[in-house]
Amino acid sequence: MRILKSPSLAVAALALLAVAALVVPHFLKSYGLYLLTYWLIYVMATMGLNLIVGYAGQKSLGHGAFFGIGAYAAALLLKAGISFWLALPAAMLLCFVAGLLIGFPALRVKMVYLAFATLGFNEVISLVFRNEEWLTGGTFGLSDIARPSLFGWSLDGARAYYHLVLVLTVLGFLLLRGILRSPWGKAFTALRDNPIRAESLGVNIQAYTLLAFAIGSAYAGAAGVLFGSLVQFIEPAPFSVQTSIMMYLMVVVGGAGYLAGPIIGSIIGVLAPEWLRFVEGWYLFVFGALVIALMVWLPGGIASIPDRLRERRKSKAASAARTAAAVANKLSKEVAA
Amino acid sequence: MSSALHAQRATGAAPLSPSAPVLQVRDLKKSYGAIAAVGGVSFEVMPGEIFGVIGPNGSGKTTMFNSVLGQIDPDAGKIHLNGEDITGLSPMQLNQRGVGRTFQTLQVFAKMSVRDNLLVAAQEHHGTMLRRLFAPGDSGLGAKADALIAQFRLGHVADQQAGALSYGQQKLVDIAMAFMSDPDLVLLDEPCAGVNPSLVSGISSLLKELNRTRKGSFVVIEHNMDFVMDLCHRIMVMVEGKVMAIGTPAEIRANKAVLDAYLGN
Repeated sequence: MRILKSPSLAVAALALLAVAALVVPHFLKSYGLYLLTYWLIYVMATMGLNLIVGYAGQKSLGHGAFFGIGAYAAALLLKAGISFWLALPAAMLLCFVAGLLIGFPALRVKMVYLAFATLGFNEVISLVFRNEEWLTGGTFGLSDIARPSLFGWSLDGARAYYHLVLVLTVLGFLLLRGILRSPWGKAFTALRDNPIRAESLGVNIQAYTLLAFAIGSAYAGAAGVLFGSLVQFIEPAPFSVQTSIMMYLMVVVGGAGYLAGPIIGSIIGVLAPEWLRFVEGWYLFVFGALVIALMVWLPGGIASIPDRLRERRKSKAASAARTAAAVANKLSKEVAA
Repeated sequence: MSSALHAQRATGAAPLSPSAPVLQVRDLKKSYGAIAAVGGVSFEVMPGEIFGVIGPNGSGKTTMFNSVLGQIDPDAGKIHLNGEDITGLSPMQLNQRGVGRTFQTLQVFAKMSVRDNLLVAAQEHHGTMLRRLFAPGDSGLGAKADALIAQFRLGHVADQQAGALSYGQQKLVDIAMAFMSDPDLVLLDEPCAGVNPSLVSGISSLLKELNRTRKGSFVVIEHNMDFVMDLCHRIMVMVEGKVMAIGTPAEIRANKAVLDAYLGN
C-alpha cells in the first residue's frame, strides 16, 4: 500500500505538494486562501470516503450527511461555549458512532442497494437539518460560528486558519496511512477484493465493514467541523445528497484505493470549477466533459496513471521477449535444418 | 476405523496414529426442495489423515463440503471438530478454530502481492483486533510467509500482484493461503481443477510434504483419480447424496459397486 506505487515519484510529489502548501498561500488573496482551505477540508472528508469506497469496497452516497452532522454538532457545542478543541473530537466521536450505525445496512445489502440505503440516510439527515429549527435553525442555519485559538494565539485570520486546517489534514493523512499499513489495511483490502475468501481466512468482515464506515464518517465529521468554522455560517444545502455524490466523484476521479486519490480528486472537484470560470456559462459543461473523459480513459482514477504506465511497459517487455523467443526458435530450427 | 489406521501409504504421506478423530460428520442432510443433495452422510477424519471424497457430478460432494465449512446450513446432522460441536458455525468461526479451505474456483486477492495474500491469511489469528491496529504490517509473520512461499516455489513472484500470475501459480497461492494459519484440518475443493499434468504432480508432492511436516488432516474433493488414489489414505465415494463406500484406495479400486457406479473398468 503506497501513495503512488513508485516510491521516488511519491516522494517527489509529496515534496512538491508540501512546498506548494506552504508557499502558495503567501501569494493568495482572501478568496484564494478560502478556496485552498476549502480544498483541504474536502481532502479530509474524501480521505474518509476513500477508506469506505476505495479500500473496504463499500458503496456510500451518504458521506455528506456525516459532513453535516460534524458541522452542526460542533457549531452547537461552540455556541454553547464549549472549546473548539473539545468540540472537534466530540463531533468526530458522534460521527464515528453514527457511521457504525449506518454500517449495519452494509452487512445486509451490497453494491447499488447499499448506495441507495446511504443516499436515503443522507436525505433523512438533510430533512432533520431543514425541519428541526429549534436545534439547527432550519433553512436560516446557524451563524457566528467561532474559529479557534491555540495557546492564546488566535486562528481567526484566513492564513492562520488555513495553516490549522493544513496541519489537521496532514495529521489525518498520516493517521490513515498508518491504519492502512497495519494489518487492518490488508483486512480492508481483502474485504473489498473477495469477502467470501476473506471470511474463510478468519477475517471478521462484519467488524471491518463497520470500522470502515465508522472511521470514514469520523473523517467526514472532522471536515464538517473545519468547514463550519471556515464559513462561520452553516445551513442544510452544503450537506445534501449532491455533496455526497460530488465527494464520491472526487474519490473515483482521483483514484479510489490510492492514498493520493482524494488529494487529486478534491482538486478536480473543488478547484477545477473555479479555474474553469474563464469559460463563463460553459464551465459546468466543460467540467462535466472533463470528468466523462477521465472516467473513459482512466477508470482507475488519476492516481492510477503510474500503475497503468508500468503495466504498459511490462506488457511491451513481455511482448518483446515473446518475439525474441520466437525468432530464436526459428533460427535454431533453420540451423538444425 | 481399522482401515484408516492401517492405511499407511508408501507414497510419502505421513502414517496415521490411533486417536480421536479430528472431524466427525454424523448423519448430515441437506435438501433443496424435493431434491436431497446430501441424504445422511457420516464419516470421520483422523489426525494426520488425507481423506479423499470422490463421486460423479451432482453426487452432493460440494454441498457436503459447504455444510461442513459453514457456507450453507445443513437441515440435520452434527459436525464435530476435535470433539467440539461446530454445526452451523460461520466460515470465520471455523477458521478461528483451525479449519482452512480452498475453493473450486481461484480465490486469491488479485490486487495484493503474493506475500500479502499469505500474510492476510494468518494475521487474524494473532492478537486482538485493537492490537492488530498497532502491529507491524506483516503481523510478525513475514518469515513464516517467506518459508511457505519458498516451499511452494513462488519466491520469484512473491512481490507481484497475485492477479497477474498464471492460473497454475495462482492455484499454488490459493493452496498456500489455506496452510498459512497452521490449521488442524484443511478442506481442498478440486485442487487440480484446470491445472496442467506436471503441476498436478507438483501439488500432490506439496500436499504429501505438508501432511508429513505439519501433521494436519486434509479432506480433498477431486475428480482426478490418479491424484486421489496416490495421495489419500482413505477415500469416500458419494453417489446421489449418499455414501457408497469408504476405504483405502486399494479397497475402493476393488469395490464392485463403486466400479459399476463411478470408476468403471
